[in-house]
Amino acid sequence: MRPHPTFTREQEQQMSSMPSDRRDVAAAPGTAAAPDATVATQAGTGHSMTVRGLDAYYGDDKAIKNVSIEYRANQVTAMIGPSGCGKSTLLRCLNRMHEEIPMARAEGSVLLDDTDIYGAGVDVVSVRQAIGMVFQKPNPFPTMSVFDNVAAGLKLNGVKGVDMKERVEKSLRGAGLWEEVKDRLSSPGIGLSGGQQQRLCIARTIAVEPRVVLMDEPCSALDPIATLKVEDLIHELKQEYTIVIVTHNMQQAARLADTTAFFLLGEKIEHAPTAQIFSNPTDSRTEQYVTGKFG
Amino acid sequence: MNTTAAQLLAPTSGRRRTTDRVMRAVLALGTVVALIPLVLVIYYLFSRGLKGMSSTFFTSDPTGNFLGDPGGVKSAILGTLEIVALASAIAIPVGIGVALYLVEFGKKTLFAHVVRYFIDVMTGVPSIVFGLFIYVTLVTSKIGGSFTGWKGSLALALLMLPVVTRSAEVVLDLVPESLREAALALGVPRWKVTLKIVLPTALPGLITGSLLAVARGMGETAPLLFTSATVMGTTYNLGERMNSLPVQIFNDISQPNDAIVNRAWASALTLVLIILTITLIARVAARRSRVA
Repeated sequence: MRPHPTFTREQEQQMSSMPSDRRDVAAAPGTAAAPDATVATQAGTGHSMTVRGLDAYYGDDKAIKNVSIEYRANQVTAMIGPSGCGKSTLLRCLNRMHEEIPMARAEGSVLLDDTDIYGAGVDVVSVRQAIGMVFQKPNPFPTMSVFDNVAAGLKLNGVKGVDMKERVEKSLRGAGLWEEVKDRLSSPGIGLSGGQQQRLCIARTIAVEPRVVLMDEPCSALDPIATLKVEDLIHELKQEYTIVIVTHNMQQAARLADTTAFFLLGEKIEHAPTAQIFSNPTDSRTEQYVTGKFG
Repeated sequence: MNTTAAQLLAPTSGRRRTTDRVMRAVLALGTVVALIPLVLVIYYLFSRGLKGMSSTFFTSDPTGNFLGDPGGVKSAILGTLEIVALASAIAIPVGIGVALYLVEFGKKTLFAHVVRYFIDVMTGVPSIVFGLFIYVTLVTSKIGGSFTGWKGSLALALLMLPVVTRSAEVVLDLVPESLREAALALGVPRWKVTLKIVLPTALPGLITGSLLAVARGMGETAPLLFTSATVMGTTYNLGERMNSLPVQIFNDISQPNDAIVNRAWASALTLVLIILTITLIARVAARRSRVA
């Protein structure tokens, strides 16, 4: 069990000394990264993502309003907010899954390092190979075995020259599932328990070796023990990947995230180190939300 | 108020109970009434049909003799199987293809709506119209001969197409959107998602729907009357006139000869048994089609 986050003296001092205008609500995109600077940057080879002035629509409804935000490499960024605040929509814009919904579209730019994934000459299929996604409900392919589920991304993309067995084992180990399923790799993926299925889906996502992993409430359909396992896993994964997680569970955000962004009605209200969001938010709406006054 | 529990729980209205009993009886009666003709059909089919079966029923062709041995229905059974096989080979791939387009790509576009509307209209077109259509376009114009087996197949294919498409569309719609999204999010191109994820997931349901369309087509007389016509001898060439069970029954049943009428009943029994087998296979396939 990981204890509830406790903050070091330095962190608290940093927080208290932070100027009140530190929040980066849709401000000049170039300064959006400012609050993250207070979190010790981890050594890693991951890639960062930067959203600049993003608007997203469902038909005529504007679900995301001019959001700019940065997701730093090898960090876990949590996005919280009440239902309908646009956090899932924003997440889906980060690997262009948003546009799969009929009538849905997005405007603005989303940079992976310094390349716009909405730019000309960018293939949407490549975008999704580089930026993987784990969904709210575990969704293993029902016609495939455990092994084939993990190998699905590689096989369907016709990737050659990869030792499939090795990659599947590595991915399942990465997802903390190997010991549980190594003796039944050929049994159907949907035969696993809910928590195992979700870790199977994570294994499937990391098997294609993405650079960024997006997670849309990955634990909301899981029981507390399975949730704990997935959370442990996310902690491990950030050594290699940049992780963006949408969650309804504020304790989960507090446990997992390096920085947390609060969204309301399609706007980013505040993005700051997690400790600050939960103990000393600059915006009164954030404070009201994290203290449970609405939402 | 001082009421005991027994009073509280006592029935408040005797009438409600009576109504309940009466309505149950009415529904049971309705079920029995509906079953009577079904049971009678099966009874006659077997009692008359078995009389017409002889040792050479399945192995000989109709002789065409009014007196003496009328012969069997080998040519009709083989003809039906051949005509329906070709019709299925046309209608099932095309029908599933149309359904795939509608579900995966057309979705709610105007074109998809128009296609759906025409499919609905086609479902309601009487089968004889398809026969007449092929007769007018292909038979009278003598394209590839006059009456041929493959023209019968075309008429049946037209009849089966909307049935296949409709059932396939329903089954493909049942494939959870989350599976498509999962595959798309892995960076799999749309066409491969359709081919490798959607189709295999829906496969048992697609088989069921297609087999039911096959069963439907197999029992049709009208589309074959003016297209593949009748002939007595067995042929494996779909480019010639071809006998079929429904048409054989249609011709035999109006003959003033008991032996030939009995052959019609036996043919009917054969046809029903073939269709029953296909339906059973469809059922078994359906049982495995639980889309997770």
